Amino acid sequence: MLNIELQYFAQLQDEAGRAHERRQTPAPTAAALYDELRDAYGFVLEPARMRVAINSAFAPWDQPLCEGDHVAFIPPVTGG
Amino acid sequence: MNDFIMAETPVDISALRKVLLFPEAGGFCSFEGWVRQTNEGRAVSGIDYNAFVPLALTEGQAILQEAKQRFAICRATAIHRTGYLSIGETAVWIGVSAAHRDAAFDACRYIIDEIKQRVPIWKNEHYASGETGWVPCHTL
Repeated sequence: MLNIELQYFAQLQDEAGRAHERRQTPAPTAAALYDELRDAYGFVLEPARMRVAINSAFAPWDQPLCEGDHVAFIPPVTGG
Repeated sequence: MNDFIMAETPVDISALRKVLLFPEAGGFCSFEGWVRQTNEGRAVSGIDYNAFVPLALTEGQAILQEAKQRFAICRATAIHRTGYLSIGETAVWIGVSAAHRDAAFDACRYIIDEIKQRVPIWKNEHYASGETGWVPCHTL
């Protein structure tokens, strides 16, 4: 099990009902972690429409997670 | 120095413009994005901008670097606001100086287009009806 720092933005923040959490997870990758969170919070967004940031940098979905990693899922952006 | 700025409060645009003044620059181009009173036919009272600031800063800076490599410009700078903005407030400002106008226009256009596609910022629209909603992305 890994301890992961999660940060949520936009609709994910609404669906999770929180902006941050520290979570213990058996998920080996960000993709597996998102699947786990979809079960927990019912996230509507498909991962194919999103990117993931690990430790504040864009990362591949299959990058192995490490103890203490900060993970943020990035919904389609709408700035400007 | 980071030329891409994420700001929680209004920024003095005239000060940003001065940073772009160079003796070799013969032109300056800027773009401002403002909060508009309607979107998709709904009356809007304001927009709350949510952002992942550390990643927005690195991605925004990368866009400015790309613009410098692609176009013959002197300097480019950009700011994007976070927090709640009322109608008419400036949400994004981009300024580019260059020896000649074509590069300034092209770089300015490139930067706003890339910001809208890549920088982790999200609009939560507040409607006149009292409801709020995350603006859907139309590019994916």
